[in-house]
Amino acid sequence: MSQILPAGTKAPDFTLRVTPDQTVSLSEFRGRPVILAFYPADWSPVCSDQMALYNEVLPEFQKHSAELMGISVDGVWCHSAFGKDRNLHFPLLADFEPKGAVARLYGSYRQEGVTERALFVIDKEGMIRWSYCSPVGVNPGADGILQALEALEK
Amino acid sequence: MQLKENVTREDHIQGAEGAKVTLVEYGDYECSHCGAAYPVVKRLQKRFGESLRFVFRNFPLAEAHPMAEASAEATEYAATKDKFWQIHDGIYEHQTQLSTELLESLATQNGLDAKAMADALKEHTFQRQVKKDFMSGVRSGVNGTPAFFINGILFGGEANFETLAAAIEAVR
Repeated sequence: MSQILPAGTKAPDFTLRVTPDQTVSLSEFRGRPVILAFYPADWSPVCSDQMALYNEVLPEFQKHSAELMGISVDGVWCHSAFGKDRNLHFPLLADFEPKGAVARLYGSYRQEGVTERALFVIDKEGMIRWSYCSPVGVNPGADGILQALEALEK
Repeated sequence: MQLKENVTREDHIQGAEGAKVTLVEYGDYECSHCGAAYPVVKRLQKRFGESLRFVFRNFPLAEAHPMAEASAEATEYAATKDKFWQIHDGIYEHQTQLSTELLESLATQNGLDAKAMADALKEHTFQRQVKKDFMSGVRSGVNGTPAFFINGILFGGEANFETLAAAIEAVR
């Protein structure tokens, strides 16, 4: 498993495509917490469960004004088909070109060419406050994210 | 992972309080894996008899499964009339035909007022109850369905009879 960026590190800024004609930058969300969920691939069974779960827990994340973003090396058209099929209500970012560049910045890139299943909770000042790398075949659930969001408010 | 919400009288329970083993399932009525686990739980109950207590909690992935939430709320309505397990079993036994019509027909067959149930579904009277189960699952590390806890510990194996029976046997 990769050494992902630990809590206490400043979250590296990035700009990625989120739809064929839109990009999103991490810095746009300064002032509110951000959850970055790196996952290996659209359509693979575990990721789908993970993203389906986050889709359901989204209202809880929003109680903390947190913005959730999924990130994989899949392209925007793939993300758009996947998001539509699964009825996802949060953005999927395409770390597509140069491939995995953002995942590498976060220490979440795997040799075989996909991202780790890694989670980052970033506070409103842009500091990583919690990170977690799950074995690639294991859906890490949502309880760690919720605990990290609650800890931000303490 | 540990179950964060203890079993209380508000839960849907089969079996005695003093049973040696408590099996808690977090399930979704539209999930085919939960459908496959339904007869497995029945077999486990037969195999372990009085030493096993079974608890079912709702974990609908409503965005992925359009009938999951309504089904869960329908069983909660039925629970207020003491018919939770009849509707629970009826849904899993006819899972491939899961629809509003099925829920209404199960209600009628079990002596429930199908119109009152339909109103409760429309008003989302039991949504909060279902959500409470769902969040207790999330906080306990449930990441998909079905998820089983054996005496409060998340079971990580395959949800088949042999594996679950062995895990139950180990703590009995």
